[in-house]
Amino acid sequence: MTAPGTASDAAPPVALRSVVREYPGRRPSIFAPRTKLRAVDGVSLDVPRGRTLGIVGESGCGKSTLARMMVGLLPPTEGDILIGGRPVGAYQRRELSRLIQMVFQDPTGSLNPRRTVRRTLEAPLAALRGMNQAARGRRVEELMGLVGLRADFADRYPHEFSGGQSQRIGIARALAAEADILVLDEPVSALDVSVQAQVLALLQDLQRRLGLSYVFISHDLAVVDAVADEVAVMQRGRIVEFGVPDTIFTKPSHAYTRELLASHPGQHKV
Amino acid sequence: MSAVLAEAAVARVERRPGALGQFTRNRVAVFGAVLFGVIAVIALLAPVLPLANPDHTDLANRMAPPFSRHALLGTDQLGRDMLSRVVWGTRVSLVVGVVAAFLAATIGSTIGILAAYYGRFVDIALMRGIDMLMAFPYLLLALAIVAALGPSLTHAMIAIVIVNVPFFARSVRGVTVGMRRADFMAAARLSGQSSAQIIAFELFPNVLPVVVVTASTSIGWMILETAGLSFLGLGAQPPMADLGGMLGDGRNLLEVAPHVATIPGIAILLIAVGVNLLGDGVRDILDPRLKSGGLARIRPATEVASRADRMARLPQTGRAEGALLELRGLETRFRIGRSVWQAVNQVDMVVHPGEAIGIVGESGSGKTVTALSILGLVASPPGRIEGGEILFNGEDLLGLQTPRLRAIRGDRIAYVFQDPLTTLNPVQPVGAQVVEALRAHQRLGRKQAWDKAVALLDSVGIPEPGEKAHAYPHEMSGGQRQRIGIAMALANQPDLIVADEPTTALDVTTQARVLKLLADLRRQNAAAMIFISHDFGVVSELCDRIYVMYGGRVVESGRVQDVLNRPAHPYTARLLACVPRIGQGRHRVVPIPGLPPPTNALPNGCAFAPRCSLAIAACRSGEIELGTVGPEHSARCLRSALVLAEGVEGAGAADGGVA
Repeated sequence: MTAPGTASDAAPPVALRSVVREYPGRRPSIFAPRTKLRAVDGVSLDVPRGRTLGIVGESGCGKSTLARMMVGLLPPTEGDILIGGRPVGAYQRRELSRLIQMVFQDPTGSLNPRRTVRRTLEAPLAALRGMNQAARGRRVEELMGLVGLRADFADRYPHEFSGGQSQRIGIARALAAEADILVLDEPVSALDVSVQAQVLALLQDLQRRLGLSYVFISHDLAVVDAVADEVAVMQRGRIVEFGVPDTIFTKPSHAYTRELLASHPGQHKV
Repeated sequence: MSAVLAEAAVARVERRPGALGQFTRNRVAVFGAVLFGVIAVIALLAPVLPLANPDHTDLANRMAPPFSRHALLGTDQLGRDMLSRVVWGTRVSLVVGVVAAFLAATIGSTIGILAAYYGRFVDIALMRGIDMLMAFPYLLLALAIVAALGPSLTHAMIAIVIVNVPFFARSVRGVTVGMRRADFMAAARLSGQSSAQIIAFELFPNVLPVVVVTASTSIGWMILETAGLSFLGLGAQPPMADLGGMLGDGRNLLEVAPHVATIPGIAILLIAVGVNLLGDGVRDILDPRLKSGGLARIRPATEVASRADRMARLPQTGRAEGALLELRGLETRFRIGRSVWQAVNQVDMVVHPGEAIGIVGESGSGKTVTALSILGLVASPPGRIEGGEILFNGEDLLGLQTPRLRAIRGDRIAYVFQDPLTTLNPVQPVGAQVVEALRAHQRLGRKQAWDKAVALLDSVGIPEPGEKAHAYPHEMSGGQRQRIGIAMALANQPDLIVADEPTTALDVTTQARVLKLLADLRRQNAAAMIFISHDFGVVSELCDRIYVMYGGRVVESGRVQDVLNRPAHPYTARLLACVPRIGQGRHRVVPIPGLPPPTNALPNGCAFAPRCSLAIAACRSGEIELGTVGPEHSARCLRSALVLAEGVEGAGAADGGVA
């Protein structure tokens, strides 16, 4: 973990400082003001450069809200999210998209069913990298190769692909922006076990070759253990434990981490 | 990278019958299309057809009856040729209907998309305006508009467009609001696209089917509304031929010359019927909600081939002694279009009383279809059980009459499904649903059954069961809903519980609690269980024996600890190796190259051979038998001795594997 507040070259790719996100809750009565639900409640974290920060937690713990705030899809209610030392809010949409991208959980839901893969991949190339038609065509081929798909698949529609292939396309789109930071929100949770391993291997391979920094969000402790350099355990919007995987998974200090570990299937005979 | 080569093997995607094919199978829609087509062609050809001048009056031949010498359909009160006027009038009505539908669709969906995309104040401003339009009865509104503008066909059309805009705006807004939250919209923003680009390229193409459906079903309405305004004298002005106007003229002559009103009436009827049938057909194709076979009628039980056909390839001997359930040579197929999917292929399984077996496999391996075949729950069409037998206490469940099958379903054999939110009835309190499960099989009074249901809820660990029994499924958490599912399954103390991924939708900590509950209750009730999962970890905690499925077949079976610790099939071994385990630490995940084969195009020989580093020529042809590799341990593999001796990695390296 980099010490907070250093100069911007040495600044971590992503730094969260006491980030809070509130949603309006229900009104106790028609005259009372709405209560507020804190989805993310004072999170401070640094993403290490060229490495992987794993965030584990169960559904509703605020990890997806955190992911959306990092890429600028949601503004934080309080606190700062610094990308390369500058707050997210200070960036233009396109500037930010060139620095940080996201891969979504549902591989088919994150692709427009009525656009070919080529058009989906060309959109960021035109909008973010300002490429002309010919350059875009070449880059789409490169991207398809990078994620292990045949270049001629680019002219197909999303429904013609399996879940694993769709997720590769989602990764290719994130790579198209040439951002150094990828926020991976449950990228393998919707996939079959053998396909999950293929996508994990691809992500590991890309990180090694391109020097990417990952925020890897998952509810699966074993998957996070396999890919992460640092792990944050999240419960009800707060980080309850943070450390290297070895410590977290062998000597957990927080009760919730211990419960998660004990619940992981295959640890014991019921 | 091996994955590159593997993915290069094109996964063949079987297309369902195309849109045109679907349409032509809908006979009613085809009738509508033909009817509308004929009317449209005649109307369009009006200027070149040998018709009399529709406006030429001939007072000498007033109100000539149909089949007169000069006028096939007779003449009207001014002696004008009815046939010609009907054709020209149809032309006017069609043009007005189509143009009005197009304009209303364009304006309405623009309003709907903008309101949904921008939300907040834009949404409030636009939609409250739409609400105001809808607050008036539409005919009154149309009348008011025409009254203000003055009677003419154009003004009538404008009025009809205005009164129809709200329908489009509302339905398009509804669809768009749902779509705005889709991940691909977020992805489009991250791709740096502008709002205009997102609306034009991401939203609009996805909303278009809804617009087309709404438009095609409303053209008929608009034609009728135009006719209605003309009938009242507010639309087309004389002498222009228009169906509504003609009807209005003929109304006063009904007793003298009924054909003057009847003929345009029939024309309007035919147009409306044609357009509406055609529109319904278009809707059935385009409406995403009807796409997944929503219109197909499903039988109460899976279609089963005759016993003689099923048993043709099966030896009469060799039934297991004392088995509670035995599947012998089970084959379940799906016929979709021209392709046959062998979802379950020659599957043998045995479940002894009180035993828990696990079926493990990836999606498409046939594990769920195997489980659903047991009680004939596979949807037919397209599913059909074509081979084998399913013996439950010695009785073949296949080919049972539906009443007998119903008596076993939920009584002796009960199911727990993956997502209780979709299997529980959303509009009935959960207690009543447990009562229903009880009373379906036991003679119980209402009070008795209710008390028993509350006791069951208590036994599955629902806090305050008396209160919670009155709750609806949506008021409960996922874990509690699955507990209700388990309570319903246990209601009649079944001999066998079939649980299909019952905890996949749950969080890890909830999953652990529900699994423990299921294991405890099963032991208390001495019930056997078939537990289906893609997760070896979950199965290892619950089951005594395990069946591993791949490509519709059992590829390995045995006691859990044997299969997990000493896998004999390369697929099992590679799958176990590529699933990360806690405590392994950061490491390179080594995936299995390639994808499972689609079961409509299984390779010859072993289905795993194309992905297997140990495959030899013999693996790629002929039938590979399930061979014994240890006590109660068998594998469908020619190389299992090698796998057992050296493990799949070691053997692959020694062999100079092809992965």
